[in-house]
Amino acid sequence: MVKNFGEFLLFIQSMVTRTERLKTLWQRTLEESVIIGFDSIFIVAIVSAFIGAVTCVQISYNLVSPLIPKSTIGFMVREMTILELAPTITSIVLAGKVGSSIAGGLGTMRITEQVAALEVMGINSASYLVLPRIVAAILMFPLLVILAMMLSILGGYLAGTLTGAISAQEYIEGLRTDFIPYNITFALIKSVVFAFLVSAISSYKGYFTTGGALEVGAASTGAVNNSIIAILLADFVLAALLL
Amino acid sequence: MIEIHNVQKSFNGNQVLKGITCTFETGKCNLLLGGSGTGKSVLLQCIVGLMQPDIGSITYDGSVFTNNKVQIRQEIRRKIGMLFQGSALFDSMTVYENTEFPLKMLTPEMTKEERRDRVEFCLKRVGLENAGNKMPAEISGGMKKRVGIARAIAPNCTYLFCDEPNSGLDPLTSLKIDELIHEITHEYNITTAIITHDMNSVVEIGDHIIFLHKGQKLWDGNKEEILNAQVPELKEFIFSSSLVRAAKKVDDESEGGLSAITDSTNSQSAGS
Ligand SMILES: Nc1ncnc2c1ncn2[C@@H]1O[C@H](COP(=O)(O)OP(=O)(O)O)[C@@H](O)[C@H]1O
Ligand SMILES: [Mg+2]
Repeated sequence: MVKNFGEFLLFIQSMVTRTERLKTLWQRTLEESVIIGFDSIFIVAIVSAFIGAVTCVQISYNLVSPLIPKSTIGFMVREMTILELAPTITSIVLAGKVGSSIAGGLGTMRITEQVAALEVMGINSASYLVLPRIVAAILMFPLLVILAMMLSILGGYLAGTLTGAISAQEYIEGLRTDFIPYNITFALIKSVVFAFLVSAISSYKGYFTTGGALEVGAASTGAVNNSIIAILLADFVLAALLL
Repeated sequence: MIEIHNVQKSFNGNQVLKGITCTFETGKCNLLLGGSGTGKSVLLQCIVGLMQPDIGSITYDGSVFTNNKVQIRQEIRRKIGMLFQGSALFDSMTVYENTEFPLKMLTPEMTKEERRDRVEFCLKRVGLENAGNKMPAEISGGMKKRVGIARAIAPNCTYLFCDEPNSGLDPLTSLKIDELIHEITHEYNITTAIITHDMNSVVEIGDHIIFLHKGQKLWDGNKEEILNAQVPELKEFIFSSSLVRAAKKVDDESEGGLSAITDSTNSQSAGS
């Protein structure tokens, strides 16, 4: 475990020493951004809209007291999704989608000697293959999280009004109650940290794959498992530190 | 010329290379011959710098490669082309982009047009002028090897390394790939090292042959000498193939029988 962590740090270091030209790296980052960001919009949209909807319905089911105003439902949906559900659930979804594709892609490149081919050409393969993936993830995760925030609030709105649990006006009133802008900042900080963890852990798992196709599968699974655990740990640590 | 001096390599106490000293001559196909698991690939990886030898040194035309400064190693690496056992083409890129890749990365001063000319020349040289837009997954094993060769020679390499260039190919395609490597070596005066366990390659293109057995060099010489070598392990290796046994028999019975066989295969292939 400690040995792995040391190797992980060395891996991160090897990536930023003796890098390729910036132009090349930027181009690679854009390519990876499309794969990590654009290609994940659909799954993130579906998941976050439903989470918003379910949160709204369940809160209204639990709020039976006539003393509590209905607008509280809107307020709670906002607080829950912005602070926790949008950044964390989105990142966990992305750990599955992006993490497995990073680890699988790099693992395949490793066992088919494509990584060796880069090294023979004198290219720093860690910098060429991994750095753009990490940067792309750090750029794309926050954008996806913002999308998830908006869509889950919209999902809550639709679910609340269509089931008749709450009126549009009450929901919007709730959304506007006691808004703390720092919560958005906090969620975005979380998303950047999660982006780094998911992309770096998955890259590490994939980059050091040895063996054959079976090990590539194992590397993907390991990448997703470890990323999710890391996300949850970091979620707790960040909440304790920054809230 | 590449000089390898006393290269040793162990993995977890298991000594795979036990002090190998040999040279690869310029403008020749230098064959590393040996059975599976004798450490041929490990030796090649030490030579190109994918692995560090525990002891020993590798010198490229007088400049030391092992444990030298990063800049010098980098400079040597840029002159190295390598064809991998499984071709190792980048599978997200087309054949054209694969060949262009080392040029893009290593010679940023080249313009797009210069690169295009060079890529087209290299693809034509390996007989793939019409396959530029294909993806690696769409082409046959033999074509992949050709793309691998084109990618290796694109930056005008001085040293070419091939790890089992005809593994997984049928005999005719193997022969064509061997010939291509041989021709390119002589055309551009490249120092070529080829790993093989195929006696056909030895007879076809073995300008200089180095026989490895269990991590040691037991013999080296050329293809005329190999059939009369007196090393028991080498004899066992060579004559495991009944075809070679038959050839040897003809050779012994009628003077010059073997050279007749090699000559006829050469002239046949040159004609086709
Ligand atoms: N990275 C490695 N780690 C441990 N052992 C290795 C490694 N690479 C090769 N070996 C061992 O070295 C021996 C020689 O392998 P190799 O050079 O691939 O043989 P071949 O002559 O068939 O190319 C094998 O027994 C293999 O298990
Ligand atoms: Mg091998």
